[in-house]
Amino acid sequence: MAEDRGTPLVELEDISISFGGIKAVDHVSLDLYPGEVVGLLGHNGAGKSTLIKCLSGAYQMDSGEIRIRGDKVEINNPRDARSHNIETIYQTLALADNLDAASNLFLGREITTPLGLVDDATMEAETRKIMGRLNPNFRKFSSPVSALSGGQRQSVAITRAVYFNAKILIMDEPTAALGPQETQMVAELIQELKREGLGIFLIDHDVHQVKMLCDRAAVMKNGKLVGVVDVDAVSTDDILAMIIAGKKPEHLTA
Amino acid sequence: MADTTNSAIDAPKKRSLLETLEVDTRLLGMIGAFVILCIAFNVLTDGRFLTPRNIFNLTIQTVSVAIMATGMVFVIVTRHIDLSVGSLLATCSAFMAMLQTAWLPGIFGIDLGSPFVAPIAIVLGLALGAAIGAFHGWLVGYLTIPAFIVTLGGLLVWRNAAWYLTRGQTIGPLDQNFALFGGTNGTLGETWSWIIGFVAAGAALIILFLSRRNKIAHEFPVKPVWAELSLSAIVVSAILGFVAVLNAYQIPTRRLERMFEARGEVMPEGYSVGYGLPISVVLLILVAIAMSVVASRTRFGRYIFATGGNPDAADLSGINTRLLTVKIFALMGFLCALSAVVASARLTFHSNDIGTLDELRVIAAAVIGGTALSGGIGTIYGAILGALIMQSLQSGMAMVGVDAPFQNIVVGSVLVIAVLIDIIYRKRLGAG
Repeated sequence: MAEDRGTPLVELEDISISFGGIKAVDHVSLDLYPGEVVGLLGHNGAGKSTLIKCLSGAYQMDSGEIRIRGDKVEINNPRDARSHNIETIYQTLALADNLDAASNLFLGREITTPLGLVDDATMEAETRKIMGRLNPNFRKFSSPVSALSGGQRQSVAITRAVYFNAKILIMDEPTAALGPQETQMVAELIQELKREGLGIFLIDHDVHQVKMLCDRAAVMKNGKLVGVVDVDAVSTDDILAMIIAGKKPEHLTA
Repeated sequence: MADTTNSAIDAPKKRSLLETLEVDTRLLGMIGAFVILCIAFNVLTDGRFLTPRNIFNLTIQTVSVAIMATGMVFVIVTRHIDLSVGSLLATCSAFMAMLQTAWLPGIFGIDLGSPFVAPIAIVLGLALGAAIGAFHGWLVGYLTIPAFIVTLGGLLVWRNAAWYLTRGQTIGPLDQNFALFGGTNGTLGETWSWIIGFVAAGAALIILFLSRRNKIAHEFPVKPVWAELSLSAIVVSAILGFVAVLNAYQIPTRRLERMFEARGEVMPEGYSVGYGLPISVVLLILVAIAMSVVASRTRFGRYIFATGGNPDAADLSGINTRLLTVKIFALMGFLCALSAVVASARLTFHSNDIGTLDELRVIAAAVIGGTALSGGIGTIYGAILGALIMQSLQSGMAMVGVDAPFQNIVVGSVLVIAVLIDIIYRKRLGAG
């Protein structure tokens, strides 16, 4: 099946990283195609966040190879990742609480005037424009993001990724802090991004959510990849069994 | 209970006067405290506190600490601290004094009195300050030694480096042109002060107008015209009023006579002239403007505040926070050297104890001015106002005749109380 979809957007091959003798990620290989959402599941400490941080540039892997559209790439820091159109939405919401939405959206990539000064007015106008498309209810443009609700903060983070033409999106529990309505909003956003041909890695604890939002699910345990399954071919119980027992269900291994 | 609910609902519709003017309430509170302080001292000293003479002296005494306080804002905003600023000032001052009196004449044959002495000494002094600051920043940013430790070590190292450079002696007199940055020895006179005052007032009006036009162009909400006009009126009268006060302080007759004698002339009967703006105060104003622009309008400033607000977020956004630390401390060192110019020029010599305890005054000025030690929050104008409040308190108490130990006890207590008020203010703001 993989062959007729052409070159994968991302190929993680044989990735390993250890911290102080503990293998956090142990020879894991995983790929992602355009327009696809791959869920990453596992217990806390299973290594899913660590694996994905090698792709986002937050960590440097000890061994292994990352290929984007078939080409080997070096990702040593978040700037490298951004230059490959990889955007990350972190579990901890990497926002500077004391700055407003526009400053956060453009953090590290500010629009400047010809004099080299930060052009706040233009950035706020751009923020208003894209927010109008993604979250029309958003109003608090001039308050620091510490004054925003969880959902509003999440929409700032997602808007940041979308604005800068992400091709590969990494979402680390994007709905963990959200109410049902806001979760629905994020789910719709993910469908929209899929249609636009983005590849999305979605880290989540919620098996139901993964079945609903993702095309494939990759399960990790103790730093190792248990298996990758098509979500439509398995039940939530099968996935749970993989997470807990660390073994692929028998009817799939055949 | 019912009260708070009502006001919360009404707030968006009925905006208060302050909200319409878009004035920072914190700044207003500080100005209010400052005004009350001045009036109180004025009453206690039978009107001697608010004379042009005393205001002139207050401003030139504030400059050195205020310049360093603007840099301390950046340091504290990024969750660091710099305890070495007073010592660094002393090293830069000693270095520049030795250049002027010993090294330039002795090694390069440029004698005291040559027009090259002051520029060379100042440029090299500023470079030394920036280099030492950058070194501190490298230790903090790249070697990850806590800034508290690096600069605590620096406090001892640079204080005694200054001592070693001068063998503990007082070095002076300094170059005539160098002394222009000290205050009384370098003022612009009435005419130039008025010209600068009017240019500054004009520039302020243009900036207010441009920012309004920019907002309209992007269809953002703007203040009503009357609010804009009254704000302009306040700004213009503040600038021109300040110039008028400094111009009103007359150069003493004896001093004028000596100035005429030096030129080989005789002073006309009844001749009188005001000091005008001291060059050191102009320097502080330029530093304040430059630092404010850096803080709010440059990427460097944006990254400083982002790093202070959430260091991880800044890192993940691709900001090189280590290099940023080096730059911040280099800037701090540069400003210490600039303060060293002002401080030693004011004395017209370098003394071994110059800048002693300045680190505490500078940190206190920044903190009283609303810089949060937890990072991410702070303003340049707040720090300068903080320095002015500290200096007013100190010299006001001296004028009233408060004993020296009590002066320091009061200043110390004010620092603690100011931070307490700030904490309460922020809690209220967060809750409301």
